[in-house]
Amino acid sequence: MSLIESLPRVRSLRLPRADGLIPWVVPSAIVLVWQLACVTGFVSARVLPAPSDVALAGWKLLLSGELARNIWVSFWRASTGFLIGGSIGFAFGLANGLSQLSSRLTDTTLQMVRNIPHLALIPLVILWFGIDESAKLFLVALGVFFPIYLNTLHGIRTVDPQLIEMGRIYGMTDGELFRRVIFPGALPSIFVGLRFALGIMWLTLIVAETIAASSGLGYMAMQAREFMLIDVVVLSILIYALLGKLADSASRGLERLTLSWHPAFQKH
Amino acid sequence: MQEALRFRAADAASVDRPDFVKHARLLRREADALLRGLSLTIRGLRKSFGDNEVLCGIDLHIPAGQFVAIVGRSGCGKSTLLRLIAGLEAATAGTVGFGEEARAEDIRMMFQEPRLLPWGRVLSNVEVGLGRDRASPDAQARAERALVEVGLTDKREQWPAVLSGGQKQRVALARALVSRPRVLAFDEPLGALDALTRISMQRLLERVWQDQAFTAILVTHDVAEAVALADRVLVIEDGRIAHDIDVNIPRPRRRGSAELGALEGSILKNLLQGTEDTSDL
Repeated sequence: MSLIESLPRVRSLRLPRADGLIPWVVPSAIVLVWQLACVTGFVSARVLPAPSDVALAGWKLLLSGELARNIWVSFWRASTGFLIGGSIGFAFGLANGLSQLSSRLTDTTLQMVRNIPHLALIPLVILWFGIDESAKLFLVALGVFFPIYLNTLHGIRTVDPQLIEMGRIYGMTDGELFRRVIFPGALPSIFVGLRFALGIMWLTLIVAETIAASSGLGYMAMQAREFMLIDVVVLSILIYALLGKLADSASRGLERLTLSWHPAFQKH
Repeated sequence: MQEALRFRAADAASVDRPDFVKHARLLRREADALLRGLSLTIRGLRKSFGDNEVLCGIDLHIPAGQFVAIVGRSGCGKSTLLRLIAGLEAATAGTVGFGEEARAEDIRMMFQEPRLLPWGRVLSNVEVGLGRDRASPDAQARAERALVEVGLTDKREQWPAVLSGGQKQRVALARALVSRPRVLAFDEPLGALDALTRISMQRLLERVWQDQAFTAILVTHDVAEAVALADRVLVIEDGRIAHDIDVNIPRPRRRGSAELGALEGSILKNLLQGTEDTSDL
């Protein structure tokens, strides 16, 4: 009886504003449980520092300017590498999707290169570029190239041929056909590639920075490990999680903006 | 009975609304002077795909402004004939000639699928039909007029994804009409619609054909639809015109009347005879 009575009340408690907070319930709960486990001594501070200690370490690094500098360096490397690799991948995807000749000329080669794990190239890249900026940019660019290339190509190849025929019947020039039919049709697939690429971008950068770097988030974490600063290590890991989420949200926002015609993006 | 049907189908209601028909007619009149259908002459038309000869010698004359329906069993070559007329495919031999010099915008085709751009609003999908005139300043006004014609002005800012099947086909019809074509080729445009929407779309097709006086060529597998709409029914069998039947029944035609029924029956009999002879069903 009391359960039945409480049901409508539970429903009425759900404020519309709270809907946006629902995704953050689980992460907040994890942090809360973590804090409790540390405070009660269930987990030793040498294994895992409390969230409050991590926040304190973050505050100190923020005050010294070190945190902002490292995040900025990593962000710059990630975005520059992403732009370089992404635009080359996009260009190849367009060329090979639109031109049979270009596809026959380069696709086999690219498929072979794709099967080499790009992180396996780290020793070679260090020999070539040293631990310079260009080494990190090269690895990130190589990592994001393939998801963007493959999904752009796939998107263009799978545009509905009936729509292309329709465009031709209605007298669209090649440029118009690309702008009005092929590119918008390929866009959902291009976004899939973009989101894959963003994940690979962070992964590659962090690995590259932990192995060979003198600045950046990965370097900060490795330095902290040397000095047994476990709170800074955990801080770096949490920042990766936040940056990853940020990149994903940005691409989702872009998706929602450009794919508003798509049934999947209507009526949220 | 007809009245009851009309009220149940949402598509039917807005198409048949008398005030909007009157409105469309008024808009129509100003441009009427320019509009005439093109006549069409086909000589010795053949089409093969590899070893498979789909059309083996079609000779046909269609006078300007006639409504011709082409029926036949699936695979008989009726769609291929239509695609050759619309210039979507090249003939193996023979010619398709129009009475006068025809521009690309004079001949339009409507398919079984609406083929709307999902990323374009209804109005910009209609503008696609303007062909080379897309960039002209009155493009939007012309597209809006075409939407009035099919009774969908209130949907101009919608995405195609939210429209019903019948509404999508009406947008496709507006897109085909917007360039004021002189020949309109229909490749089973109503094939995928439910029965009620089909009937209201048939009325719409008949009305725009009467208003705009283009030459209409309708490929359909529905013999009842062919006799209800067309001046003339061609039956195609094995890549040839097997029968050429004039439908001399005055318009407006009453759906389900004895005359239409008798004609439909005799055409169906012809078609089925062919089936039994070759026993390939």
